[in-house]
Amino acid sequence: MSGKTLYDKLWEAHVVRENEEDACLLYIDRHLIHEVTSPQAFEGLRLAGRKPRRVAANLAMPDHNIPTTNRCQGIIDPVARLQVETLDKNCEAFAIEEFRTDDPRQGIVHVVGPEQGATLPGMTVVCGDSHTSTHGALGALAHGIGTSEVEHVLATQCLIQKKSKNMCIEINGKLGAGVSAKDVVLAIIGEIGTAGGTGYAVEFTGDVIRELSIEGRMTVCNMTIEAGARAGMVAVDDKTIEYVKGRPFAPSVEVWQRAVEAWRDLHSDDNARFDKVVQIDGRAIRPQVTWGTSPEMVLSVADVVPDPQKEHDPVKRGGIERALAYMGLTAGTAITDIAIDAVFIGSCTNSRIEDLRQAAAVIRGRTIASRVKQALVVPGSGLVKQQAEAEGLHDLFTAAGFSWREPGCSMCLAMNADRLQPQERCASTSNRNFEGRQGQGGRTHLVSPAMAAAAAIAGHFVDVSVG
Amino acid sequence: MDAFVAITGIVMPLDRHNVDTDAIIPKQFLKSIKRTGFGANLFDEWRYSDHGEPSKDHSQRPLNRDFILNQARYQGATVLLVRSNFGCGSSREHAPWALLDYGFKVIVGSSFADIFYNNCFKNGILPVVLNESQIDDLFKQVIEKEAYALTVDLEKCVITGPNGANIPFEIEKFRRHCLLNGLDDIALTMEHISAIDAYEQRRRKETPWLFADDKG
Repeated sequence: MSGKTLYDKLWEAHVVRENEEDACLLYIDRHLIHEVTSPQAFEGLRLAGRKPRRVAANLAMPDHNIPTTNRCQGIIDPVARLQVETLDKNCEAFAIEEFRTDDPRQGIVHVVGPEQGATLPGMTVVCGDSHTSTHGALGALAHGIGTSEVEHVLATQCLIQKKSKNMCIEINGKLGAGVSAKDVVLAIIGEIGTAGGTGYAVEFTGDVIRELSIEGRMTVCNMTIEAGARAGMVAVDDKTIEYVKGRPFAPSVEVWQRAVEAWRDLHSDDNARFDKVVQIDGRAIRPQVTWGTSPEMVLSVADVVPDPQKEHDPVKRGGIERALAYMGLTAGTAITDIAIDAVFIGSCTNSRIEDLRQAAAVIRGRTIASRVKQALVVPGSGLVKQQAEAEGLHDLFTAAGFSWREPGCSMCLAMNADRLQPQERCASTSNRNFEGRQGQGGRTHLVSPAMAAAAAIAGHFVDVSVG
Repeated sequence: MDAFVAITGIVMPLDRHNVDTDAIIPKQFLKSIKRTGFGANLFDEWRYSDHGEPSKDHSQRPLNRDFILNQARYQGATVLLVRSNFGCGSSREHAPWALLDYGFKVIVGSSFADIFYNNCFKNGILPVVLNESQIDDLFKQVIEKEAYALTVDLEKCVITGPNGANIPFEIEKFRRHCLLNGLDDIALTMEHISAIDAYEQRRRKETPWLFADDKG
């Protein structure tokens, strides 16, 4: 008999009931809430005369809509303000714990969850946000849901789910200098495509994943959704347990040993069977830069912009031509010849303290290029910001010409005032390069924090693995 | 949720792979706290030639006449024909809300992103998966024939074209059952409250750290 995968174990531990048909009722341990995908769920709850089933399983905070400057003035946009106020009111009405805008613990929900120990190994974690996959880095089963499911989880603490297939992505070898977790995940997406993981739960394994810090693993799991899989995860090891220890919501001393014992089993058995296995050579991964309008349109920094004439499928060729036109790029241009107008360091992918340290290390003592009109550093949480300031990173950034901001999603999706102007080109540490994502007509190139920082200084992409 | 049994409707072809939910409904419209009214901003950046904001009166905005949604022959369409990986990206349920509000009841494509696919069923939209050659054929037929309509029958799990040819499709039993009967998921789950109670009781003992903050 074959053994179990990590996903099998997490799944089986949470099945409340198997329905007569092909769906299960799956128990949810942690529900994270933000202002954009929750108001209609709370409204639905009220209309049906229902209440949250387990108040303490929920943790809320505004992150998408809030300004990253002059917080004391409140939110100027009345529509956005109403949405944040609605979250405040809903949390108050149902006694759900919320880190409000003025709370030093507030931040991007996927940065704050692990930081607080509110997301733990062995948990099922959901949120009305596709980047919930981030929390899988702790050995949790975590994925995004829609608003109807937010309401379902609030009311029942469960979801109706069909089990996904198992995929293993194994990255072996050792990463070269200047290559980070972001480059690893972009290379994976480049390899399997944005629909490569559709229908699967992905476990990331191999030397490279084991070597990564927990924050690095979060970056990888975060972008699992960009490879089409809702959930990405990494087995628990000593690093996971060390990371969780002592965090505010972590298990108390009385039950800590029991918890650790249970977490030690959160790995795939040696003889576990995966429906699909992908192997990637970590040594071959170079710093990555996206050139198009889908995360799978990605290349090594040493490459040139692709030629649509070499694509035989007419629909795909049309896609490349449209992407090049939108991005204002010509086939054959070296990636390192692409000049940028803006830099964004932030988002649930790359706004943790290690990300900021990596960017700061590149910047140290230098200033941004004169052609770069906008350069933002947006820490992932108030506590990340405090830590960075304690280390003096903010001084390095501001001296270089960056704007040092308050925590939130910011220009990753440009729901607040932080956005690109039409045709502006941005080196961004975020996760999506879709048309208009960072502002209508804006052109996004996804890169690692070190690559973004280096591009800010040079005014164009440079290879941080060289020199 | 309204029950879905069968519909016959005009088909609109959207010939792109990887259409993401940011394209289906851009972020500035996500600030609404309602479920309705998103239809006017469906595919906003492709559909209008100016920048859209929730405060703008859409009836006064300049249209991008080249975009499929603005072409006279596809007005009143209820079936959207798409390519692969439709609905990728953000989990925003505003995407199916916008499609439904505009009038789409069925989306036929070669593949859908997981979260979007799931969100469709919660709103009474039927996403139908066919293979790529079937999708290719449908694109050819739709473009050749004005007012091309399909009948989509969920009861029989069959799509029928104007020439009478039947294309069977597959769908998970539970999803089909819920859609055919317009069932509310929450009410269905509430029938199993005792199973949830029992699960919680067992887990409180086995994994007490997951229930540490509960007040009761």
